[in-house]
Order: sequence, then C-alpha cells, then structure tokens
Amino acid sequence: MSSAWTTTVLIWLPIAAAVVIWFLPLTRYATGSLALLVSLVEVGVWIEQASRFDFQKGGLQFEQQHTWIKDLHASYHVGVYGFSLWLVGLTTVAAAAALGYGFWVGRERPRAYFGLMLFLTGVTVGVFYAQDLLLFYAFFEAMLIPLYVLVGVWGGPGRLNATLKLLLYTMTGSLLMLAAVIVYGLKFNTFDLVAGPTSDSRWLFLGFMFAFLIKAPLFPFHGWLPDSYREAPPEVTALLSGVIAKTGTYAMLRIAITKFPEPTHFYRNAIMAIAVATLIYASILAFRAPDFRGVVLYSSMAQAGLITFGLFSGTNLGYAGAVLQMVAHGLVSVALFLIAGTIERRTTSDQFAFLGGMAKGRPGLSTVLMVAGVISLAVPGSVMFAGEFLILAGAYQLGWWWAVLGAVGIVLAAMYMLRLISAVLHGRRGQLVTDEAMDLRPGELALVVPLLGILLALSLWPAAVSGHSFPNDSPAAAVKAGFK
Amino acid sequence: MIHTPHVDWFAISTILVLLGASAIALLSAVLVPRRARRATAAAVAAAGFAGGIVTSVWIYVDSNPGERVIANGFYRDRWTALAQVIICAIGFVTALISVEHIPSRRRGADPARRDDHIAEYFALLLACAAGMAFFVGSANLIVMFLALEWFSIALYIMCAIDYDLEGSLEAGLKYLIIGAFGSATLLFGMALVYGATGAVGFIEISVKVFDLQIQNDVLLLLGLAMIIAGLAFKASAAPFHMWTPDVYEGAPTPVTAYMSAATKVAALVLTIRLMNVAFNYEAHLWTWVWAGIAVASLVIGNLAALGQRNLKRMLAYSSVAQAGFMLIGVSTATGLGAQGVMYYLVAYSAASVGAFAVIAARERELGEAVTLDNLAGFGWERPFLGLAMWLFVFSFAGLPVGGGFVAKFYVFSAAYAHGWTWLVIVGVAATLVSLYYYLAIVRAMYMRPTEERELGVVAVAGGSPARESLLHGAVAIALVVSVGTLFAVSPLIDVIRHAIYAI
Repeated sequence: MSSAWTTTVLIWLPIAAAVVIWFLPLTRYATGSLALLVSLVEVGVWIEQASRFDFQKGGLQFEQQHTWIKDLHASYHVGVYGFSLWLVGLTTVAAAAALGYGFWVGRERPRAYFGLMLFLTGVTVGVFYAQDLLLFYAFFEAMLIPLYVLVGVWGGPGRLNATLKLLLYTMTGSLLMLAAVIVYGLKFNTFDLVAGPTSDSRWLFLGFMFAFLIKAPLFPFHGWLPDSYREAPPEVTALLSGVIAKTGTYAMLRIAITKFPEPTHFYRNAIMAIAVATLIYASILAFRAPDFRGVVLYSSMAQAGLITFGLFSGTNLGYAGAVLQMVAHGLVSVALFLIAGTIERRTTSDQFAFLGGMAKGRPGLSTVLMVAGVISLAVPGSVMFAGEFLILAGAYQLGWWWAVLGAVGIVLAAMYMLRLISAVLHGRRGQLVTDEAMDLRPGELALVVPLLGILLALSLWPAAVSGHSFPNDSPAAAVKAGFK
Repeated sequence: MIHTPHVDWFAISTILVLLGASAIALLSAVLVPRRARRATAAAVAAAGFAGGIVTSVWIYVDSNPGERVIANGFYRDRWTALAQVIICAIGFVTALISVEHIPSRRRGADPARRDDHIAEYFALLLACAAGMAFFVGSANLIVMFLALEWFSIALYIMCAIDYDLEGSLEAGLKYLIIGAFGSATLLFGMALVYGATGAVGFIEISVKVFDLQIQNDVLLLLGLAMIIAGLAFKASAAPFHMWTPDVYEGAPTPVTAYMSAATKVAALVLTIRLMNVAFNYEAHLWTWVWAGIAVASLVIGNLAALGQRNLKRMLAYSSVAQAGFMLIGVSTATGLGAQGVMYYLVAYSAASVGAFAVIAARERELGEAVTLDNLAGFGWERPFLGLAMWLFVFSFAGLPVGGGFVAKFYVFSAAYAHGWTWLVIVGVAATLVSLYYYLAIVRAMYMRPTEERELGVVAVAGGSPARESLLHGAVAIALVVSVGTLFAVSPLIDVIRHAIYAI
C-alpha cells in the first residue's frame, strides 16, 4: 500500500506542528497562519486518503505497524476502516473550522493556544486510527491533556471547576478502561485490535463501556457535560461535542461491540434502555435550557443516546445510521457552537432572556442559524433525518416499541430547536442585542458556510457516508467478522 | 601477614571514579581560590559523573549475569551496572542544578558566605553517589550496611548544607535522627538473620535456609521484617515515610531532587535483589508484606498530598505514593515486576529531578518557599520551565505524555500477571486520586491570574528572570528522558531485560 504514510501523517503532522509552534518564537499572526495552514493540509491529506480508499474491499487499509512495547506485544499499529475514515474527515474539517475561529477572534497567548489545538487534533485522529488497544488508550487519554488546558486557560469564569469535573469524570472511566486493557492484553497475549480474539468476559466489557459511556456521554454519566460545554471557549466546545464525544461512540463500535459479542448481546436491552432514556431526558433538558449553548449541549447528549441506540440495535440499518449520524451531528454541532460563539461575541451572553430579534438586519446570521437549526432538528430531506431514520428503522427490526420510544426524542428535537431559533432570531429585540451587533463578517461566514455546505451535500447523498462505511453494505456481518 | 582477597578493580571502577572525583573536589576547597571554586568543583563533579556513566556502561557491556567478585562481597553484573548508570545520570543532572542553586537564595541567607562550602558540597554529592553505586551492587549484608551508612551520612550533611537557614538544619537533623533509627532497625534485622542462618552473603543465606529447613524460623522472619522496614524507610514507603515531607521541604531543593530520585533507585534496586536472592524461600510472605506497604503508601501518600499547598511537601507525599506504585512491581516477585520497577525508576527519576529543578528556579525567583499560590502565572512567565513542569507532572500522573504512562502500565501488568487484579484496582484508584493534586500544579501555573498572588518579595534580582542556562540544560535532559521513555520503550526494556538475568 503506497499511501500508508497518510495515516501516520494525519496523526503526527499536527502534533509535530504543535511542538514547532511551542518552540518557535513566531508572532501572533504567523502562529495563527501556520496553524491554520497545517489544519488545511490535514484536510488535504485526508481527501487524498479518501480518494484512494477502496470502499468495495473493506477491511483495514493504509496500515502501518511498528514495535512499541515488544515484550508485552503492544505495537504502534494504525490503519483505516471505512467508518473511521469518515470520522477522521469530520475531525480534520472540524479542527480547521475551530482553529479558524480561534484565529478570527484572536485568542490570547497564541502560541500555546494554537499548539494545543493542533495537538488535540492529532491525538483525536490517533484515537480513530489506532488498531492497538494500548495505543488507542494512550491517544484516548492524551486528548484530555490539551483539553484540560484549553478549557482551563481560555474558558469562562467557572472554568476551574469545569476542568476539574471534566478530568475526574473522564479519567475515572479511562482508568477502569486501563485495567480492562491490561487484563485483555495479558490474557490473550496481544493488544492488537485486528488480531486479538473476541472475549466473553462481561467484566471487561463493562470496564470498556464505562469509559465510553462517560465520554459519549450517556445518562447518568453526564455530570461533567454541562459545565465543560458552557465554560469552554466556543470553538473548543465545538470540538468537544462534534468530535471528541464521538470517540466514545466510535469506540463502542470498534471495541466494545466488536470484541465482546456475547456481553453485547447480554447487555443489549439495558444499554438501549439507557440510550433511550438519555435521548428523552436530554431532549427535555434541552427544551428547558435557558441559553443557546445549553440547548445545543443537551441536544448533543441526546444525539449520543440516539447513536448508541443505533449501534446497540445490532442491525445493518442501525450501524449504518449510527455512523452517518456521528458524522452529520458532528458537523452540525460544530456549526452551532461556532454560531453560538459569534453571538456571544456580539451580545456578551447566550441567555435567551437577553437575546431575540437578531434576524432583523442580520441576514447572514439568521440564514446560517436557520439552516443549521433545521438540519439539526432533522427535517425530512436533511442528512440528520436520514441518519435518524436509519437508526429508527434498525431499532424497529428489534421491536416496534424501541422505534416508538426513539421517535419521541425526535419530536422533542423539533421542539427545542425551533425554540432556540425563535428565541435568538425572532420576537422582541433582546436587552443585550444592540444596533452595534453586526451581522456575521465574511471571515465568520467562511468558517460556518463550508460546514453547512458539506451538510447540504450529504443531505443530497447520505449514502456517501452510510453506504461507504462498511464493505458490501452489510455492517452487521463486518462487525461479526471483527472487520477482518 | 593479613590475607587479602583478589580485588577485581574494574568491577568497582565506577565507585573509584566517583570517589576520586570527590577527593579532587574536596582538594579544590583548599587549593582553588574562592572565586573559581564553584566552577572548578562543579566541573569536577560533572566530569566524575560522566566518567561514572562511562565505566558503568562498560561494566554493563562486559559482565556476566550474577557474577560475584572481591570475596563474594560485590556483584559485578548488569543489574548493578544499570542502576549505577541511573544514579550517575541523576548525579550529573543534580550537579548541573546545584551550580546555580546551592546554597539556595532564600531570605535570610548570607550572600557573603555563598561560596564557602560549595566544593565540599560537590565532594559530598560525589561521595554519596559512590555510596549508592556500592550499595546497589552489594552481595552480602555487611557490605550492604556499610554502603547504606556511607551514602546516608553524606545525605544527612547535604540536607543541612544551608546551615544558616533554619529549615535546612532542621531537615538534616531530622533525617539524621530518624535515619539512624532506620539504620539501626536494619542492622538489628541483619543480626537476627545472621543469627538464624550463620551467613551474611545473599546467596549463602538462601542456601542455609534451605539446608537447615528454617523457612518458618521466628528469628529469621523477624530479621526479614526488620530488614524490610529499614529498606522501606529508605524508599520512603508508608508507614515508614514520616521523615519524607519535612526533609524534602527543608533540604536545599537540588538535594531534594537528588534524594527523591537516587535514594529510591538505590533502595528499590537492592530490595529486588535482596528479596529475590536471599529470601527466595520466604517469597510467599514478603510478597504480601510489600503489597501491604505498597497499598499503605498509595493511600497515605495520595491522601496526604491532597491537602498540601507547599509544592515541595506535595511532591514529597507524591514520592511516597510513587514508591507505592513501584512496590506493586516489587511485590510480584516476578521478572516482569522487576522490569517494571526499573522502568518506573527511570521515568520517575527524570520527572522528579526535573520537577524539583523547576521548583528551584521558582524558589530563587521568589526568595521563599514555592506554594500553589505563588506559583500563579509561572507557566506564562517562564514558558520552557512551565511546559517542562506540565510534562513532568503529567508523567507522574501516568498520562501518556511521559514515560510514567508506560511505567504504570508495566507494574499494573506485572500485578495482573501475578494474579493480583485487586492490586491493579487499588493502583488505578490511587492514580485517580493523585490526578487532583498533580493537576492543581498545572492549574496554579497556568490558570490563575498573576494578580492573585501575594508575593512576599519580588524576584531577587528584579526585572527579567535570571539566566540559568545550566538549570535549563538539566531540565532539558530530564524532559528528553521523560518523553523518550514514552516512545523508545523497546530499546530500554531490552537493556533492562538483560540486566534482570542477573537475578
């Protein structure tokens, strides 16, 4: 495979760039430009990789393997599956948009900031491409390090508590996962995700799932979510909800479901019940949230529930829908959080009590918010609708009541999204909305519009993702075969 | 005529190099004029440690597993040589830090007396390292005790080298008194073991235990228990850790850096050898004892660290907790465990020396003890040192930016392979607790506005921070080792595996 280097480049290019930025005394402008350039190169490399990916063949492609910890059989093993390819595409695009936003608003201490953002991008790509449990774990943990600083330094007034919660919650899950990783690796004498056998151990399954449920996050493991999403800078929240939360659901598919078929079957109903509970509970919370970010963050949580729901339905439609939904929701939540950021910059607040009537005289803002909101509430014809439909159709094959429960959540989505749109754009002019609050500037539009463009394109052809994630359109068979 | 054994001079060449350098450094205290004394002594120390690294590497390459020399009193093998390399490297980095930071410039220190005892300090540092290099290779109880006293006495004085400062003198005195108690316990234990077996050599003890069938002899077991207590004392493992916070806090920071890393290396390397060679028939007992000590260290160290504001005290308790992680590896009594401990020692030493070096820099800037409050803004003021500290702390915590991650993974793997899943769970829970205080350091450095801090005095020199190129060099070395141990795992592990054949 001649293009295998692209995998390694996608992981290490941003990390190397981060180190360079930390040590080179560049000016603010040069630092930002370099970071943005690197993130665009990332997108380019990904396009190159996607164009060479053989969707018919399936299986692991662009594989690279080097020894890392020889005597314990852990290696640097990376490679690309159809679905991980899409998630990395999401990561690179989202990272470029987020970096662009950080550049646009001119974050303080640019070298530290851009370095950390790039570092975060690199390790997140690593999570999606790692094919070795220990390597996966290392990347999974490493995501927290830049996140911790990004929220803690550039975040809002309550950032210190938010970072503490974020770290302690997610590390609790991660460390249990470390125990599970060690047990798995030593029991089967390999940490390799491709070569490793399946296991029937329910304890191991729970050890992994616990970490993923916290990361996704699902009710009742979401305690860290509201604080972190509200206190982080908007572009970091965008990455958190759009990309990093997706590592949790991705890992459910790649590790929990694939490696533990028997426990997956055993706990199926319990996890689907949690997922549905998350979907409905978070949707209700989103409907009651008094602020822009509150609505979007609880809708992200609801979507995590829906994605888990699709994955654990164990059907072809469920898997395909879940992958499509991960990508689509990733893009839409990045767009929404960036829009939230632009509104906060104009009005100093995202509380609905102080907002309203922003549509008047601001066609750019109202158009992008309207488009993003409508896609997000899964209006028929949109990519989110396609994803949700697939997931519900998959759940239906398991039992009609599952589909009914899931559908309730989707009705609620329409309610909270429309409430958000009208609270921001329509009605009486809010207290903090002044005439000086400008429409979106070209620079801001240039960040959000491409995201919406991709979403509209996917709306036209959702099968680009859902039909190209697993070989032969039979995800269940691929999962059963361990993607071999 | 007294009968003398054949002496394999090459086997003890590291010790001789260090001792020779120590003598030269001591001579420079009287022969070299005061203004050149610091530079001369430091250069001699650096050269001595570099020479020690060279000879140790040479011994490593050119030795057979488990070979005993000089009347079977000393091991010339790779396990010894590897430990000596680590000790010399720690010494080298400490020497770099010490040039600019001994004596520490705290308030109350008399600038006129700055260079008074600098040459003696470097001589002691070298002598201490020589003692440790001797200690790790000891093959019988007598040599072991001699070497222990040798490096301990040097350490007592080094702790008190800032004798015009109250804290330093107090630290030295505390260490001396409690240290003497620990040594006495150790010696008593040795006497009991000798009484039970009639042997002092590690291998001979094991043979005698088997020959006489005294595996369950009360005298022997009591002796073993006291030896364990003495060694745990040196490794600052709970419940024998009570001296650690006070001494770490009071000692000059470069000495703390050296002590926290090198003493642990010496104590744990020897513990592994002693336990597995001399007391291999008691393994069913001491594995549990060490596991208990490990758990106690993890619990006490982590919980006590949570409440600390003073950074040196916090890292002292953290070093108790880290000892607990390493003892998980010791308690498994397996090759994988020993390998994990050695790896842990490398990663831990790098992070520990580096972290204390950073603290030394901040201490000098403030002229007073570093706390979480007056650390505010440090990360932005000194970007390189801040970044380094960030990395060391995360390496301690076992996050995958430093070798601490791989090291923790190894000791946990060893515990699991030994069948002790419960110990893995304890370790994982302890890691989680430790995150709170490690992150507090990062939080203090980066996330608190500078205005919040209430400084007693401003930087000693005022204006921009002092140029401390040697300290920066030391931190850079620690940083490279810290990060390097995350990536280049296999080469280092191969080196360690070869060393383990000795046991």
